[in-house]
Amino acid sequence: MISPSSQTLARSSRLGWIAVSIGVSAVVAAAGAGLLVGPADIDVWGVLLAIADTLPFIEIDHGLTEVEHTVLFEIRFPRVVLGGLVGAILAVAGAAYQGVFRNPLADPYLLGVAAGAGLGATVAFATSGDSGFIAPLAFAGGLVAVVVTYSLGRSVGGRTTTSLILAGVAVAAFATAIQTYLLQRNVETLREVYSWILGRLVTVGWGEVMTLLPYVVVASAVLLGTRRLLDVLGIGDEEASALGLNVGRVRLVVVIAATLATAAAVSVSGLIGFVGIIIPHTVRIFFGWSYRVIVPLSLLFGAAFLMFADVAARTIVSPAELPIGVVTAFFGAPFFVLVLRTMRRSG
Amino acid sequence: MIVWESVEVTYGSIRVLGPVSLEVQSGEWLGLIGPNGSGKSTMLKAALGLVEHRGRVSLGNGNRRPGLDIAWMPQRPQMPEEMGMDDYVMLGRTPHIGYLSSEGKHDHDTVRLALKKLNLAELANRPLGTLSGGESQRAVLARALAQEAHILLLDEPTASLDVGHAIDVLEVVDELRKLEGLTVVTAVHDLTLAGRFADRLVLLADGLIQADGPPHSVLTEENLKSHYGSGIRVVHDEDGPTVIPTRRSND
Repeated sequence: MISPSSQTLARSSRLGWIAVSIGVSAVVAAAGAGLLVGPADIDVWGVLLAIADTLPFIEIDHGLTEVEHTVLFEIRFPRVVLGGLVGAILAVAGAAYQGVFRNPLADPYLLGVAAGAGLGATVAFATSGDSGFIAPLAFAGGLVAVVVTYSLGRSVGGRTTTSLILAGVAVAAFATAIQTYLLQRNVETLREVYSWILGRLVTVGWGEVMTLLPYVVVASAVLLGTRRLLDVLGIGDEEASALGLNVGRVRLVVVIAATLATAAAVSVSGLIGFVGIIIPHTVRIFFGWSYRVIVPLSLLFGAAFLMFADVAARTIVSPAELPIGVVTAFFGAPFFVLVLRTMRRSG
Repeated sequence: MIVWESVEVTYGSIRVLGPVSLEVQSGEWLGLIGPNGSGKSTMLKAALGLVEHRGRVSLGNGNRRPGLDIAWMPQRPQMPEEMGMDDYVMLGRTPHIGYLSSEGKHDHDTVRLALKKLNLAELANRPLGTLSGGESQRAVLARALAQEAHILLLDEPTASLDVGHAIDVLEVVDELRKLEGLTVVTAVHDLTLAGRFADRLVLLADGLIQADGPPHSVLTEENLKSHYGSGIRVVHDEDGPTVIPTRRSND
């Protein structure tokens, strides 16, 4: 029985400017921390002035040495941007998968991307010393795994999403088996593969950023454009179809966009876990149920979260680095539990 | 107008419907009755293309466009708990809104009107999870009305309503039907209620049409006893036939 006092108002499906401002502030703060913190002790004012100096029509004497300038613009800046892009896309892809499969545990790696990419990267490590092959092979492995998952799922189950998710489980198990076999045969690559699996944001100039950027832009545009349809899918395939929605096509477009971008992110950063689950759920808890709100805010908070996580990864055991996937899980898991507990108690 | 032509639905080797052929005229209210599992819901779903079927469902003048031409009120709708009532009813506007655009003024006006017609205006901001059974059911009907389709397929629209609310809801549907010339097909368990509102009843059993005609000719003790079993009495008076359940031991 519901007492009148507990009859709360529904959360809005509109994206409020307060939420957006908080998200943008988080991104700015995280990017600032990422630019200011690092083993090379660069003066805060120098960083701010040097950034201002890059703006058009502004010329300021920032007082940084050439080395400091290079560290800032060729090492820290691309790394911060890469962290933001990877975090944004993992979070938004997670939100999209959760919406399209109506499964709160769906993450960007659901359909076998991770295992396929892991296999691709392992093949690269095992067969070639050239690290230039890692990203392309990881990307190809991830995509092949998802295509196999999708065709298997469709051939078995027709319209249900459960068969698709189960096909993902089977494909992941198969890819992992081959990967384990390859690792057994090439023990010397174990360490490298392991470090890749745990996730890392290692950049060489702006190359990785430029590789990833087009995927992130296209996928974000598609997922932002279709976010209203994710709410329609919330009432189930049957009712959504009866409302004239081509459910199969919407699901396919969203899955393609989210998967391509995830595979691209994984190929440059390895398997950074947890972002795709905790960010959308935290956003959902604070800002409401609607994907019209969750998708854009996940983009912002995902970027901010991973940039902060990278600062932690670089500083906690400085001058060494923690794998960023360890940081996201180590801080993300307790944080998420805290959020869940607080909200359950007050709500 | 909506026409089922030799529609047949099978799950594996089991035939659950048909072949049935049925024509419902524009502005007509047809009540589908029949025991559990007789194929009523399946017949409605076939009309929406939600189940694979043989035969054809057409609208007389052209092919059906689910959503735009036909609005459906499912028997067991999925209602996300946190979604607000107004957002839920707005889902009914989906067929009118382009995939990449968002709702406009007309959509908001339509939703507001649908909520008002069903006495839900004050609950517009309530999450679906806090609604009573009757309120939820009216919300689903409001969503169907917001589609502005000219054919309404209602699957048990009064299942969780008390008799007063049931009559209210059916009166709203009837008013709209007369005002806007809607074609209404309802699957209803309450035989008396079905007879009061529908112009015509179709009795389905074992996936086939057993009787078709005005309520007084379909709701006969003979028809009902042979498909529902014994324990049913029918009284005819000026309001139409009234179906009275009795104890089987009294038969």
